[in-house]
Amino acid sequence: MNLTFSQKEKLKNILFQVLVGGFCIFMLYPLLWMVAGSLKSSGNALSATLWPDAMQFRNYLEGWRGFGGVSFLTFFRNSFFISGTATIGQIILASFSAFGFTRTRFIGQKFWFAIMIATVLVPGQILRIPQYIMFNQWGWVGSYLPVILPQMLPVPFFTFLMVQFVRGIPTELDEAAEIDGCSKFGIFFKIILPNLKPVLVTAGIFRFYWSWNDFMTPLLYLQSVTKYPVSIALKMFSDPNAITNWGAMFAMTFLSILPTIILFIFFQRYLIDGVAFSGID
Amino acid sequence: MNNKFEALDSVRSLDAGMNKKKWIKENLTGYVFILPWLIGFLAFLAFPLLRSLYYSLTEYTIVGDPSWVGLRNYIEIFTDDPKFWTSLKVTFYYVVFAVPLRLASALALALVFRKARPFTNFYRAAYYVPSILGGSVAISVIWRQLFSSQGAFNDFLVGMGIMSNRISWIGHPDYAIWTIILLAAWQFGSPMIIFLAGLKQIPKGLYEAAEIDGAGKVQQFFSVTLPLLTPVIFFNLIMQMVKMFMVFTQVYIITEGGPLNRTLVYAVYLYRKGISNGYLGYGSALAWIILVLLTIVTIVLFKTSNKWVYYESEGE
Repeated sequence: MNLTFSQKEKLKNILFQVLVGGFCIFMLYPLLWMVAGSLKSSGNALSATLWPDAMQFRNYLEGWRGFGGVSFLTFFRNSFFISGTATIGQIILASFSAFGFTRTRFIGQKFWFAIMIATVLVPGQILRIPQYIMFNQWGWVGSYLPVILPQMLPVPFFTFLMVQFVRGIPTELDEAAEIDGCSKFGIFFKIILPNLKPVLVTAGIFRFYWSWNDFMTPLLYLQSVTKYPVSIALKMFSDPNAITNWGAMFAMTFLSILPTIILFIFFQRYLIDGVAFSGID
Repeated sequence: MNNKFEALDSVRSLDAGMNKKKWIKENLTGYVFILPWLIGFLAFLAFPLLRSLYYSLTEYTIVGDPSWVGLRNYIEIFTDDPKFWTSLKVTFYYVVFAVPLRLASALALALVFRKARPFTNFYRAAYYVPSILGGSVAISVIWRQLFSSQGAFNDFLVGMGIMSNRISWIGHPDYAIWTIILLAAWQFGSPMIIFLAGLKQIPKGLYEAAEIDGAGKVQQFFSVTLPLLTPVIFFNLIMQMVKMFMVFTQVYIITEGGPLNRTLVYAVYLYRKGISNGYLGYGSALAWIILVLLTIVTIVLFKTSNKWVYYESEGE
């Protein structure tokens, strides 16, 4: 049987839908399983089926109560506080420093820039013990300072990303503003910052994700349950040796990734373009 | 006409003074702008890192003060710490399988999504989602339950008759590491997006030329796509390798390094020894060893890169 070109294309499209769509369900299975589990009756929550045997919205109410007399309301509030501060601080300060590296001239500029590039690849895990010793000596352990500050001050990755972007903004804009008597600070806030919007959004979302998912730093530095973010709370709430209500565990697990999912749905374009442009992971 | 020269001189010195002022102002402005980064770099990276180099040469526990012991920590780590070697072996095993699996999946799917078909955008987004969730505690918790003995994975295997008994995949000495490798492979979304961007850069003319030369689809892949994609592959390789070398949260939650230390990756060992057990000096030495090792591996990869990475600008 000889197929025409368009018939061949149709066949290929069908094959594509079946294979890629099928594999998609397989890929998303763990997430769907979690959502289904959050609605199932507790005894059945771990079964493989994606069809809940009951519609137990009660799981959410029971899970929300949390543990040790502290509800998930506190944990979510803490997480939003930590991630929100880190994100806003990071995008403003990183773009501020990126401006310094590209649009001002000073002694040692090349040296500091090289240092910044060289430290892009230093993994945070290696710094944990050294930082722990330091924060311990400074008496910061138990407070939010060691959790938030290092995520708020410009990290090399975002600074470099913004440097790349600032370089793309034509210098004619600066010069025109300078003739009008604008200082460097004026240029930054009036000219550069508004033009950086796309990269601010991309960097902001990733900063938020990483801070929201951060597990190790709060584990190291926070000591009282009332200060815990969602990541730590979820780990304790889901302790397999202690848990009895699996439905509630799934419910809280789902709620914990909800902010991430919502941001993804709204800012998909920024995220995917940002990854393609910069290689953010 | 002495006055004229004097006047010129004073103008010059005035100019020099202005320049100096301007110069100081310029420098000051520059440093004010990079100050946030500089503070972060000095306080949270350079200072603790250099201090820990000193601590790595001391005996220092969480309850006492550091006392100088020279290279003793390093000697002990290399000659008398089987767990150090175990954790290195486990980490290399993990990296060697997880990185290629993730990159191969990413490349395969990028090739599939290269051509726009109905719902491509939706699928691409769906395949990307695991990438943004992968590092979260939530996914680790799900994974742990999925592969536990009561979990859904066993339901499938038993239901399809592949296995007759349920086993705990995360508690099995041979399979536990593979549940974590699988989790890493599952998150191929972001390298996939980077590959897609790379594929877009390849000029269409090259494929037309290859076709005229009689190259089939497979040959086109190996002689056009793959060579031109090597810079992107290299970039992904470095980024993913550095990240996976220091995997922590997933292992800490799913297997806690067990069973029988079979999943004791370096970051978990580092945390346990240095912080849970409070051996700060010893832990500092462990941190420095992995930093040096990671630097060496990265340099070696960069050195070998000119043998297999194709750079377009080479001819210019």
